[in-house]
Amino acid sequence: MRAPDTPLEQPLLELDNLRVNFHTPTGIVRAVRGLSFTLGRERLGIVGESGSGKSMTGRAILDLIPHPGEVLADRMVYRGQDLLTMDRRTRRKLRGRHISMVMQDPKFSLNPVQTVGEQIAEAYRVHHKASSREARERSLAMLEAVQIREPARVYALYPHEVSGGMGQRVMIAMMLIAEPDILIADEPTSALDVTVQLQVLKILDDLVTSRGMGLIFISHDLHLVKSFCDRVIVMYGGKVMETLQASELEQAQHPYTRGLLGCLPDLDHPKAKLATLNRDPAWLA
Amino acid sequence: MSAQPAISVEKLNVSFGDSHVVKDLSFDVAAGESYGIVGESGSGKSTVLRVLAGLNREWSGEAKILGKSQPKIRDRAFYRAVQMVFQDPYGSLHPKKTVDDALAEPLAIHGIRDAEARIGRAMTDVGLPTSFRFRYPHQLSGGQRQRVAIARALVLEPTILLLDEPTSALDVSIQAEVLNLLQALRHERKLTYILVSHDLAVVAHMCERLLVMQFGRGVEEMSAATLAARAPQTAYAQQLLTASEGFRRHA
Repeated sequence: MRAPDTPLEQPLLELDNLRVNFHTPTGIVRAVRGLSFTLGRERLGIVGESGSGKSMTGRAILDLIPHPGEVLADRMVYRGQDLLTMDRRTRRKLRGRHISMVMQDPKFSLNPVQTVGEQIAEAYRVHHKASSREARERSLAMLEAVQIREPARVYALYPHEVSGGMGQRVMIAMMLIAEPDILIADEPTSALDVTVQLQVLKILDDLVTSRGMGLIFISHDLHLVKSFCDRVIVMYGGKVMETLQASELEQAQHPYTRGLLGCLPDLDHPKAKLATLNRDPAWLA
Repeated sequence: MSAQPAISVEKLNVSFGDSHVVKDLSFDVAAGESYGIVGESGSGKSTVLRVLAGLNREWSGEAKILGKSQPKIRDRAFYRAVQMVFQDPYGSLHPKKTVDDALAEPLAIHGIRDAEARIGRAMTDVGLPTSFRFRYPHQLSGGQRQRVAIARALVLEPTILLLDEPTSALDVSIQAEVLNLLQALRHERKLTYILVSHDLAVVAHMCERLLVMQFGRGVEEMSAATLAARAPQTAYAQQLLTASEGFRRHA
């Protein structure tokens, strides 16, 4: 792996005019309608409500859109390699090894009949030539890196024996053991309690800082994204409403972003009635 | 509080097998008040609500509702006075029953005759067009489903509503609409609420007072103003408040 301070000649990921369509009997559902961004070694947030296309964006990058969905783009490039023309085998090798994804809920994403340690070790051996013993040692070190105390004990536990926060850390460990350049985290903390949430974010944050990883952080939580990310893309109905620095989120200009911020109850500014959002059909035009 | 409290809980204890999930909990809620219970998962906050609603029969201690000490098994009159709204509108409505079925059932159970008019009224009250009456849950959005769940609770005209995370499965813009609706209904009908939530901002917005729970115990009871002033007394409440304000680098 490169040292994080190596000068960067090219962005990690370039995406131009990404579209995700589903052909259904009742017509075409356009889940993502023309998304473009460039990802560097940074924390990029994608926020939006349900149905905004934020999760579909993450899946499209990994080529995980199920049939009958189709992914179209003018350009989709990972460190100089064109993802659109790449054959499926090469693309699959990239997935998990260089671009990886942490899903929302550990309850549904871990294999229930395999110990969590074996699952992490398997992730390592898929991508690296290693003996089972070496994979085990790596996995234990990784569990320690995501701040699990007694890694040897946790290694032998099954998913139902670990708490939600621990399960989420196990998934992060599994995704990071291959040392990817890009991590896509789809609502990685929304199933967790606030205090555990902060611990998980701290781990992700350290990884971006120490390994120079690029992080795409998909979330519906504006406050969290504001405090955690560097840049934020606000999506609605599959389109980008605006892209802005996370620190400037409060000064957002777009009526949708303003509306989202306005309808949150706020400890400091109590209001008798919460503002509701008026959706303008012109936003999707 | 000079008047008799609407809800009074004294030394409530709940155990499931070996795990003691609610420990010596006591609190009072005045009539017309909105009272919040906050805590992390496993703190016992939903269990308290389920005991009050009569859904959980394994408990000890005293629970007085509207001045009446409640037995483990409640009578029908109790359910006319106390209703509950659950967290997940995708799980709490029967997928093969229409809105009309969902609203008619409590009326049938209680032998109320003017069902027709009541269902119409309940739907209007929660802002659902009456044309939705014969729709199935899958034909409704999350916010609309939660409105149906609220309408189902209101159709019996209860005085107490128990709300278990009523908006945590909803998008923020829909959450705002549902919270506004609950506020308006409470003022119109002088309802008493207990709102369980993990979201401190929601509780501060909706409630006058709140109780912070941890590991089954009441850690601290405070007013919403104390919360807004960031002035809780206990370390745990303070920690919860800090955690809810988002991520801090180098913290």
